[in-house]
Amino acid sequence: MLLNIKNLHVSINNKEIIKGLNLGINYGEVHAIMGPNGTGKSTLAAAISGKPGYEVTKGEIVYKGINILGMSPEEISWEGIFLGFQYPVEIPGVSITNFLRAALNEHREHQGLKPLTGSEFLSKLNEKKKLVEIQSKLTNRSVNEGFSGGEKKKNEIFQMAMLDPTLSILDETDSGLDIDALRIVANGVNTLRSEVNAFLLITHYQRLLDYIIPDFVHVLYDGKIVKSGGKELALFLEKKGYNWIKEELID
Amino acid sequence: MKAGKDKIIDEVTQNDYKYGFVTDIETETAKKGLTEETIRFISKKKNEPEFMLEYRLKAYKKWLSMKMPEWANLKIPEIEYQDIIFYAAPKKREDLDSLDEVDPELLNTFNKLGISLDEQKKLAGVAVDAVMDSVSVKTTFSDTLAKHGIIFCSFSEAVKNHPELIKKYMSSVVPSGDNYFAALNSAVFSDGSFCYIPKGVRCPIELSTYFRINAANTGQFERTLIIAEEGSYVSYMEGCTAPQRDENQLHAAIVEIVAHKDAEVKYSTVQNWYPGNKEGKGGIFNFVTKRGLCKGENSKISWTQVETGSAITWKYPSCILKGDNSNCEFYSVAVTNNFQQADTGSKMIHLGRNTKSTIISKGISAGKSNNSYRGLVKIAKKAENSRNFSQCDSLLMGDRCGANTFPYIEARNKSSIIEHEATTSKISEDQLFYCNQRGISTESAIGLIVNGYAKEVLKKLPMEFAVEAQKLLQVTLEGSVG
Amino acid sequence: MLNYYIVDMEKKFLKLNDKFNKQTSLFNDLINLFEENKNQIFKNDTKKISEVRKQALEKFSKSELPTLKHEKWRDTDLSKTLSKNYKYYFDAEENNSEIGKTFKCVVPQLDSLSFTFVNGWNTFESELITLEDGIIIGSFSDAMKKFPEIVEQHFAKTFQPEKDFFSLLNTSYAQDGFFIYVPDNVNSQKSIQIVNIINNDENIFLQPRNLVIIGKNSKLSLIHCHDSVNQKNSFTNSVTEIFLNENSNIDYYKLQNLNNQSTLLNHTNFYQNTNSNISSNSISLNGGLIRNETCVEIEGEGCAANVYGLFLMDDKQHIDNHIFIDHKKSNCVSNELFKGILDDNASAVFNGHVLVRQDSQKTEAFQSNKNILLTDTAKINTKPFLEIYADDVKCSHGATVGQLDNEALFYLRSRGISENNARMLLMYAFAAEVINKISIEPLKNRIDDMVKKRLRGELSVCDQCVLHCGTPEKEIDFEIDLSKI
Ligand SMILES: Nc1ncnc2c1ncn2[C@@H]1O[C@H](COP(=O)(O)OP(=O)(O)OP(=O)(O)O)[C@@H](O)[C@H]1O
Ligand SMILES: [Mg+2]
Repeated sequence: MLLNIKNLHVSINNKEIIKGLNLGINYGEVHAIMGPNGTGKSTLAAAISGKPGYEVTKGEIVYKGINILGMSPEEISWEGIFLGFQYPVEIPGVSITNFLRAALNEHREHQGLKPLTGSEFLSKLNEKKKLVEIQSKLTNRSVNEGFSGGEKKKNEIFQMAMLDPTLSILDETDSGLDIDALRIVANGVNTLRSEVNAFLLITHYQRLLDYIIPDFVHVLYDGKIVKSGGKELALFLEKKGYNWIKEELID
Repeated sequence: MKAGKDKIIDEVTQNDYKYGFVTDIETETAKKGLTEETIRFISKKKNEPEFMLEYRLKAYKKWLSMKMPEWANLKIPEIEYQDIIFYAAPKKREDLDSLDEVDPELLNTFNKLGISLDEQKKLAGVAVDAVMDSVSVKTTFSDTLAKHGIIFCSFSEAVKNHPELIKKYMSSVVPSGDNYFAALNSAVFSDGSFCYIPKGVRCPIELSTYFRINAANTGQFERTLIIAEEGSYVSYMEGCTAPQRDENQLHAAIVEIVAHKDAEVKYSTVQNWYPGNKEGKGGIFNFVTKRGLCKGENSKISWTQVETGSAITWKYPSCILKGDNSNCEFYSVAVTNNFQQADTGSKMIHLGRNTKSTIISKGISAGKSNNSYRGLVKIAKKAENSRNFSQCDSLLMGDRCGANTFPYIEARNKSSIIEHEATTSKISEDQLFYCNQRGISTESAIGLIVNGYAKEVLKKLPMEFAVEAQKLLQVTLEGSVG
Repeated sequence: MLNYYIVDMEKKFLKLNDKFNKQTSLFNDLINLFEENKNQIFKNDTKKISEVRKQALEKFSKSELPTLKHEKWRDTDLSKTLSKNYKYYFDAEENNSEIGKTFKCVVPQLDSLSFTFVNGWNTFESELITLEDGIIIGSFSDAMKKFPEIVEQHFAKTFQPEKDFFSLLNTSYAQDGFFIYVPDNVNSQKSIQIVNIINNDENIFLQPRNLVIIGKNSKLSLIHCHDSVNQKNSFTNSVTEIFLNENSNIDYYKLQNLNNQSTLLNHTNFYQNTNSNISSNSISLNGGLIRNETCVEIEGEGCAANVYGLFLMDDKQHIDNHIFIDHKKSNCVSNELFKGILDDNASAVFNGHVLVRQDSQKTEAFQSNKNILLTDTAKINTKPFLEIYADDVKCSHGATVGQLDNEALFYLRSRGISENNARMLLMYAFAAEVINKISIEPLKNRIDDMVKKRLRGELSVCDQCVLHCGTPEKEIDFEIDLSKI
């Protein structure tokens, strides 16, 4: 198993947000997590990536057979976990190109590889740009600065393509995308999808799952996964909303 | 993508001040201390004409009557002027054949600093005047430049060979009694660079001066004078380093620029004097008066500075915008770490009509350092339709440093517009996490973010300097975030 | 009983300018004057207060007379105003209470209680009154007699610069002023209006001393007016100390409308405890030389300090706003907005200093000063200073100097508004940002009127109390939505 989360409890500022969550992901699988606003989806993603301030009070996150709790965010990144942020932050003055060059080379250093030369890097950059149909101009601009909502999300996918992660967690990467952009993003994911990696999609809409067919769909509610199923669960949720789950839970 | 940007990421950063070595060379020095004798000694050593000695003595008298300025936001220990050696020159080796030949030891020193004085191995397109302690060691490309009528030589040579220009322009922008340190410099200045661009000439290569303090217990007091005649253009760069020593050393320089009608002068500095160690011991006290005069119509002066070194920096590159439609820019990045203190900024004095000035200042404070921007924008009554825009940002790293902004704005007419903005920020947790999540370690992430923050200024530097400056920023801040 | 002393500042000041020497200076005279009139000054003091005064005098003797050489005074020249002779009264004049009755400054529709001081002395019959809700208001001199422990606890306890010539002088000499004590949990709907009127046949020097204490969870609105009735010279050196206890609130308005021969040095010191709020707004419409020195000491977490100001100066008037905000605790917010329009030969100084101390994390401090110069002879010097020693803060400042926007002017004129009116409209729009910060509606309307009149040049200090002026006759037509320009 690639990722195995067992009885995870996460608190922020002493407030428990994730309350005993279990989730297993195998190589080659695509999982989707849905659930009402504020139930802890982004918190889960942040906890997996080792975000400071997210205190794991109980449970473990086993990734590639090792418990990654306590590892620094960059170590987790080097191990191949990528987080596509729900709200990507702006970093003024730092061009995407420089940013990715730094990231990629630190990854390579960790893998014992030589840093890419300028031209190697450039050709990789151009190749991946095509994949997500990202405009050339964009990569010369500062990271996320002044990007439109959709551009920010595309930029996340572009970075994912560049860093070639094993486990990609995409937190609402579909929100704010126009129809074409959604197709492009989905295309990107589908192209990268293989037997040696896996995806965890956090989304509110069935629409994305039309393009990226998930193997499993989970509902996160009040810090726990309360329902899991196949891709048909998403269709059902789209029609019925979450109230029936809440009612079921009360019973 | 620019090659230079690659390079910065390619370079494995290095931890300490890498210019801290000492060159073992015999030096000839003046007696410790400052008296009229010292001044006569310096003047004699330099074979100066009478007018120069008079000038020095007058400045010395003035200096004696002045007091150390106290208004800056700096804690300056008492400077014991009688313990300083005011003149130190590498001794000429007697076995050298020609007068032009430079001691290999000195060539070596400058090579180690990355400055080649060998014209064959020259830095592409840059002429260098290399100054060690009190004298100019060598000026490269003087002959090539002479073909264009450009004079680029050491200040001492200029005093000998072009006394009429010196008489006309020296102190025409910074009067010898302008301030305490300017008076001191005027009394004891040793060497520096002189540069004259004739009418209508665009200087084909970058001119640069590299200042090196080597001898112990000495102060360095150099003087630079740049004159750009009508319609001319020059880009000038200045770099500086000093050995790592436990005691503080004094550096008090003057730079004067005169830009005539339609002339343009770009002056770039990467100041990397020894900043002292992590406990705040040692380091250079850097007191510099830099001032440009936009004398003619449409003249333009631009100052760009990257200040990473020195224990104390006291420096306000300024401009007097006298010619109508003249323009001045000031771009600055000042980084302080550990116990460094910097009080730096710019003064823009608008006298002519339709004059325009821009101030972009980026301060970065880390460790226990203190970093202040101090600036004056003054628009005189007659400076109709003038404009100033100032943007002063501070970045704080850690909670034991200080970042201050002290702008002075004085307006005297109804048709001018002045805008000043300042912000203070820190590197946000979210930015760091974002970088970390992409596999960029915290130290590099800070380097990246800081360079991004300073980009507006760095991009103003000539290419040769930009790479150096970016590396410096990263190195200076190393260890500032635990 | 008339007891006065002429402070001859003329020769002394010139001497001081030559070379400062406290042995032979004005200081000795002032100290002697103090000694001679000790009995009168100490009349209502408790022992402790007399002690504080003596200490202040001691420090005063070591301070320096502010000249242009002092960083804090480099743009405000006192030499002219100090080179005049002033009378100093150690007791109230007899006919004061009559004047106090004549000059009532009514703000229409404002539910307020008004107290009038003439030449620094109170004019009300009953010196100290207690309102229904327990608020005690009256003269400072009476408060010293009736509530010595409260006064002792607070007098000269706010920020006292060691070497500040004028506040030390005030502390040692001051005899009268207003005293307001708001007990805990009182949220008064009534505003309190203090009117300081200067009415003098000769040049006078006065030093009002005011003390305001606001209890826990209480709120006070205070309107503090300075007006002069005639055209004589006056020098007012006023100090106001305002203490805010936990969770308390003050809305403080300064309304300054003095003649061109007057000098007003107005120190206002706020001391803020946890979760307290201040909103201070100084509207300066006229005055020969005004210096508002506002100092906010934030001593508790969760405080907000809003300090606003508007100044409209012309002729040779000079205004100097010095604001010092000392963030000593975390999680506090400060906001400064000062706007000014300068005409003729008027000059203005803005000096905002925000200090964020090392452990004052999560501070937010904003500073803004905007100025319009209408002539080539008007002057502005502005210094928005930030001094920051904590990293997790949001601080920014901005300063602009400019003129009316020509595009906007053209826009208005193209809609048929005469140039004069268009200018007026734009100036008003510029000033409105500060006026709109006034949260008491009737006061806002009143000040709005006064500003409009001032901009038309109709408001000046005349032989009548200006605040009596009826409704403006020539309303400017404000049908255009100014926010759209
Ligand atoms: N830093 C924080 N401090 C306090 N509470 C927080 C913090 N971050 C998140 N929370 C709370 O944790 C809960 C879960 O937040 P989270 O962002 O994980 O929700 P989500 O499921 O991703 O919601 P959405 O669908 O709106 O993105 C919310 O109630 C949120 O307010
Ligand atoms: Mg979320």
